[in-house]
Amino acid sequence: MQFGLSEEQEMIVSTVRSFVEHEIYPHEAEVERSGQVPRALGEAIKRKCIDLGFYACNFPESVGGAGLSHLDFTLVERELGRGSMALTHFFGRPQNILMACNEEQRERYLLPAVRGERMDALAMTEPDAGSDVRGMKCAARREGGDWVVNGSKHFISGAEHADFFIVFIATGEDDTPKGPKKRITTFLVDRGTPGFEVREGYTSVSHRGYRNYVLTFDDCRLPDAQVLGEVDGGFAVMNEWLYATRLTVAAFCVGRARRCFDYALNYAAERKQFGQPIGKFQGVGFQIADMITEIDAADWLTLAAAWRLDQGLPANREIASAKLYASEMLARVTDATLQIFGGMGLMDDFPIERFWRDARVERIWDGTSEIQRHIISRDLLRPLGA
Amino acid sequence: MKVLVPVKRVIDYNVKVRVKADGTGVDLANVKMSMNPFDEIAVEEAIRLKEKGKADEIVVVSIGVKQAQETLRTALAMGADRAILVVAADDVHQDIEPLAVAKILAKVVEEEQPGLVIAGKQAIDNDMNATGQMLSALLGWSQATFASEVDIEGDTAKVTREVDGGLQTIAVKMPAIITADLRLNEPRYASLPNIMKAKKKPLDEKTAADYGVDVTPRLTVVSTKEPEARAAGIIVGSVDELVAKLKEAGAV
Repeated sequence: MQFGLSEEQEMIVSTVRSFVEHEIYPHEAEVERSGQVPRALGEAIKRKCIDLGFYACNFPESVGGAGLSHLDFTLVERELGRGSMALTHFFGRPQNILMACNEEQRERYLLPAVRGERMDALAMTEPDAGSDVRGMKCAARREGGDWVVNGSKHFISGAEHADFFIVFIATGEDDTPKGPKKRITTFLVDRGTPGFEVREGYTSVSHRGYRNYVLTFDDCRLPDAQVLGEVDGGFAVMNEWLYATRLTVAAFCVGRARRCFDYALNYAAERKQFGQPIGKFQGVGFQIADMITEIDAADWLTLAAAWRLDQGLPANREIASAKLYASEMLARVTDATLQIFGGMGLMDDFPIERFWRDARVERIWDGTSEIQRHIISRDLLRPLGA
Repeated sequence: MKVLVPVKRVIDYNVKVRVKADGTGVDLANVKMSMNPFDEIAVEEAIRLKEKGKADEIVVVSIGVKQAQETLRTALAMGADRAILVVAADDVHQDIEPLAVAKILAKVVEEEQPGLVIAGKQAIDNDMNATGQMLSALLGWSQATFASEVDIEGDTAKVTREVDGGLQTIAVKMPAIITADLRLNEPRYASLPNIMKAKKKPLDEKTAADYGVDVTPRLTVVSTKEPEARAAGIIVGSVDELVAKLKEAGAV
């Protein structure tokens, strides 16, 4: 067993952390206030990341990425988690599902995405299809050799900056003993395609500035060339590539929790009440102890899951555990930090109230805590016939 | 031209320094260590000279504990070509004094024959501000300290220096020692490809004994104390009140 990082990994961690501290932190308050990232600022961050060779570092070298291992990339995500998600979006981690592109699609989508010329967004969720992905109503029918799409998607992050979208759409239905089951196909949809519209979404308490959008399809015509992977193979593409987003959430939560914890620790040491630092009161001191214990536990769960992926070992359950535990840990850590800060924690003079608000979505998106528990328990019980 | 850049591993500038209970220094055990920020500026300047075609090789050297290897790797990841680690201490708390460092550097310079040495003006741990000057004396080379701008033309370096009350520009004959001040440049981040390449770059390991230099401390630390805690301030309601308070305090 070897728990230390290599020299390269140490340097990756310190470089990304330094980048986040110097290039992201100074703009956070403004993004939080205005609820958006000025285009020029986003582009400047992107340009720096491209120059540093960090843009699309989650992609293999064969397509122009940096070829980082899952563990290396998880370390990158962990450090990025410290910063505002609206801003770190421009650090550039295109969806690795784009590796499913065929030869022709590589030129149009994959390679420009890796180069930072075109940005992508992923669209799966619908008002009536959250955890129940197969419940989606956005559907395509065959017409004259094309696909004609109708329906809508919501909660689509990064849509305002996206040049194209990776969209999951129902393309038929099978009758099974358990009832009808939708067939899903993944499509690549360019911004500006007739019949396709990107609309303002909702205002969320979490990650202001990392806005969500609504996509609508009104007789939107897509040729076969826009199908990513196989027709009706949407679930296969999802299963092959989307595990990564859950690990990303876990890593984000660990990084964010460490930044939050530093505030809690320093405040506990400096803030005096009843003539002594509040950290000397067991009520606060023990909370500090619990926080760091949970953060370390989540960190190791997350890195171990990434390590398993690198070893080619099954990691589905481990990733689900990491996502579940890290996101729930972040909720406890941000809440405890806010309690240590008392009333000041709720004021926007400190970023604590933001960390606390941001944390809430982590237990919901990329598979709710309930879905993660379902994955974990099914993985253990199914082999036993339960 | 070859450029030699000495770099020191020091306590990270973000770390809240704690004095050891016995007063012999500050606690360095389990504390984040980084490259001395002024040395980072020196490395950056050397890289810029190389990018401008005025230097063709950058050699970084660190003198201290074995862990200074990480500091050298960082310099290699920024863009230096080669590194020399001179192990001169086993204990992280043993500081190698400027004169010993300068003597070892003089030997390294003898071996490497660089056309220029760029060093940080001082290390942020002890703030000695002496190594560059001592090295210049030992080698008999010109020196230009506190540089905020460096321009090299042929065998002359035009260096703008940050001096009390303004800027002074001097021309020194090469080979020379330049020490970097804060505003000389803004060091770059290591790029990901360079981080990956750093491990493959040569790093020679030597000891102080290899250079025949005695690193036994000549100075004795008598005591180390935390700075006085700052007294709480007050907020005054008006300029009149401020003036009154200042008069009261005998400040105006």
